[in-house]
Amino acid sequence: MSRGTLLLFAVAVLIGLPLIVVALSLLNPQWDILSHLWQTVIPEYISHSLILLICVGLGVTVLGVSTAWCISQYDFPGWRYLSWGLLLPLAMPAYITAYTYTGLLDYAGPVQQLIRQVFNVSIGDYWFPNIRSLGGAVFVLCVVLYPYVYLITRAAFMQQSTAAFESARTLGAGSFKSFWRVAMPLARPAIATGVTLALMETLADYGTMEYFGVTVFTTGIFRTWYGIGDAQGALQLSALLLIFVIVLIMIERYSRRRARFYQQRSSNRTPQRRPLKGWRAGLASFICWLPVILGFLIPASQLLWWSVEKSDIWLEASFWVLTGNTLWLGLLAACITVLLALWLAYGRRRHPTRPLRAAITLAGMGYAIPGIVIAVGLLSPLAWFDHQIIAASKWLFDVNPGLIFSGTVIALLFAYSVRFLSVSLQTVSSGLEQITPQMDDSARTLGASGRRILWKVHLPLLKSPLLAALILVLVDVMKELPATLVLRPFDFNTLAVRAFEMASDERLADAGPPALMIVAVGLIPVMMLSRALRNKSIKTGD
Amino acid sequence: MRKLNRLLTVIAATSATLVSFTSAAAEVNIYSARKEALIKPVLEQFTEKTGIEVNLLTGKADALLARLGSEGENTPADLFLTVDAGALYRAVEADAFQPLNSKLVEKAVPEHFRSKDNLWFGLSLRARPIFYSPERVNPEKLESYLSLADEQWDDRICIRSSNNLYNQSLVAALIEHHGAEKTEAWAEDFVSNFARKPVGGDRDQIKGVAYGVCDIAVANTYYFGHMLNSDDADEREAAQKVKIFWPAQDAQGAHVNVSGIGITKHAKNVDEAQKLIEFLVSEESQKWYAQANYEYPVRDGVEWSETLQKWGEFKQDDISMDVLGENNGEAVRLMNRAGWR
Repeated sequence: MSRGTLLLFAVAVLIGLPLIVVALSLLNPQWDILSHLWQTVIPEYISHSLILLICVGLGVTVLGVSTAWCISQYDFPGWRYLSWGLLLPLAMPAYITAYTYTGLLDYAGPVQQLIRQVFNVSIGDYWFPNIRSLGGAVFVLCVVLYPYVYLITRAAFMQQSTAAFESARTLGAGSFKSFWRVAMPLARPAIATGVTLALMETLADYGTMEYFGVTVFTTGIFRTWYGIGDAQGALQLSALLLIFVIVLIMIERYSRRRARFYQQRSSNRTPQRRPLKGWRAGLASFICWLPVILGFLIPASQLLWWSVEKSDIWLEASFWVLTGNTLWLGLLAACITVLLALWLAYGRRRHPTRPLRAAITLAGMGYAIPGIVIAVGLLSPLAWFDHQIIAASKWLFDVNPGLIFSGTVIALLFAYSVRFLSVSLQTVSSGLEQITPQMDDSARTLGASGRRILWKVHLPLLKSPLLAALILVLVDVMKELPATLVLRPFDFNTLAVRAFEMASDERLADAGPPALMIVAVGLIPVMMLSRALRNKSIKTGD
Repeated sequence: MRKLNRLLTVIAATSATLVSFTSAAAEVNIYSARKEALIKPVLEQFTEKTGIEVNLLTGKADALLARLGSEGENTPADLFLTVDAGALYRAVEADAFQPLNSKLVEKAVPEHFRSKDNLWFGLSLRARPIFYSPERVNPEKLESYLSLADEQWDDRICIRSSNNLYNQSLVAALIEHHGAEKTEAWAEDFVSNFARKPVGGDRDQIKGVAYGVCDIAVANTYYFGHMLNSDDADEREAAQKVKIFWPAQDAQGAHVNVSGIGITKHAKNVDEAQKLIEFLVSEESQKWYAQANYEYPVRDGVEWSETLQKWGEFKQDDISMDVLGENNGEAVRLMNRAGWR
């Protein structure tokens, strides 16, 4: 390996460090606790996790692909708002959506109260779906996570050459057939990427599962660690969770076996969006409004309703400090993570050696691991570095510099990189896959250096996936809770921390303003992303 | 090499100034599992009174403990504050505390609400009684936690998940009083009496009784206090349909858990930390600290808030908090086996 690759390898391994800690825990199996868990709760964790994965996988695929297809192919009333509105649920932390739906739909909420008044019945006399259940968790995760699929698939549909469709149409295929036989297979890697991201987040979710009383690996990890007080056992449960992730990644790889999805861009034109009229326009509007309403408008209005009583908080200086903290931390983490992803994805493209590929895959698995496990996996290596620095500094200068990594923003940024690298890596890689190797070759034949190819050829083509990655990570960091909670410095809070502290005390009205602010601050990047994507589709269409 | 030397000198110089800056003002650093809103105001009063700055980091008890452990002797934390006996026990096990000898504190905090070696001190108490609907339940039929396993309560009980610390502590106490075997048999019957799968928090259980999803709930009183004094009229109305029953009054008494504080082993500001603990157990802050969250003060003779007075006096289970901690792991395993999710 060259020095460059070695460095790349080292960084990938460093990012994968918490995962290695988790995997290594299996070397010293705690049979006592494992057999206890196996006999009591693990079968349930496995079956619940499988049901969640399958149902959420199907749900986000249907919602994400259908909306991406409508937005990229057709023009209908409301298109302008929907094209970015469909991204809004991304800004909602899943557990907050879970709280709002519970507030609305459980027996004490307005919906059931209305039913009882109108039909003059009491609780138990009528059937109403229980939102706090496995099914409710599937619903919440679907409407919150489908934007991953929508975002990445829409970009893929927009980049597909019109030539392919036109040939299909000329050959007599209808609109539906050309979608099913041409567009879908071409967009498969993008869909797989989006679904994988959504499912990794599903596996790592703790807040929703805990609140809905759904027992899965994440709730089991907490329980084993806090309740039984067995950190090793908890790590080993996390290692079992890792197996799910590995299978997931293998399925994704398998789904794009053999196929190389490079687009031939020679005869590229912007796909003209076709105007829809009548019931077709109505149907397209319905398909696209539904997830926006379920994933954003309803929960956000409920939050707003709760926040009305707490309107004076907007005048508090400390609230704006929280907002500022959240924003700059998110921006910084997003930039670091995307640069890292770009560098790693590039390294893999140029030196696709087996160890490097393995290390990068490892680095990209952190997304499915609950943030708390990553945070704890990071604590000891960070503290070790600190102890070394303090010891050296004392010896050299007789000065104690204090903790430089643990309990500072550096620790937070490191944790975010571990956790969210996969989001940016997948987005950037799927963008990179659209660039043919022939383009590199021709550029190289023309005497361009590697760096020049990057700047002049790749970056302009990668602009939209890079921006998408940047915003996805930004929004994710702003929502992130467990790692932030463990690793943050003194007197340093974020909106997510505030929202959680209030919500976990069951003070939902007080959780409203910070949660809304996460959404509001998340809105701006989402709109930026949408505009950039649109500009891009116009620019490349010449 | 020369560059490196220069760099190091610069770093050393800046950090030296930083160090001198931070140590100029008296300060004390807390890792707290109690939420910011429920502790910050009293810390601000402390700063106002003594001029000692307080830096606060909130989080979950075990995560903070893990951080404390990995930071070791370099930890900035002087105090560790948590809201459950189990977490205090694990902190003692992890050798996270140093003893504090203060006559003032020892006088204020009764013996069974501090650790035997004065490693930590209770600050407030959280009672976990039974809640019932006076319309549908005759309180004379209620007796103790154990009697909730009776067949008459089939399909009538709401309680939250056994992931919850307070349920774990409750079962840990039952193990101590009645033995593991009897407790496990009880848990199996108790679980089969649940009106629904455990969901939500303590408020949701009380609401369940108010709305007729179930007739009986087990929950901490301060959630009830918040509901009775809520801004939301619906919530107030719901709470008024529910009453407290103090269980096991002829036996061990109602289960109480403790929130407590201790000085960390590697604290740098021990004097300031001691002053803060003394302040927190003083009569004045005990009153606020307990009232802010409708908890019971740990110190005798402190006036209860109006809401607490209405609920009446009751016999507390005076089991040692250390025992609750010791039994916590066994409690969770037992609940796993009994199918209490």
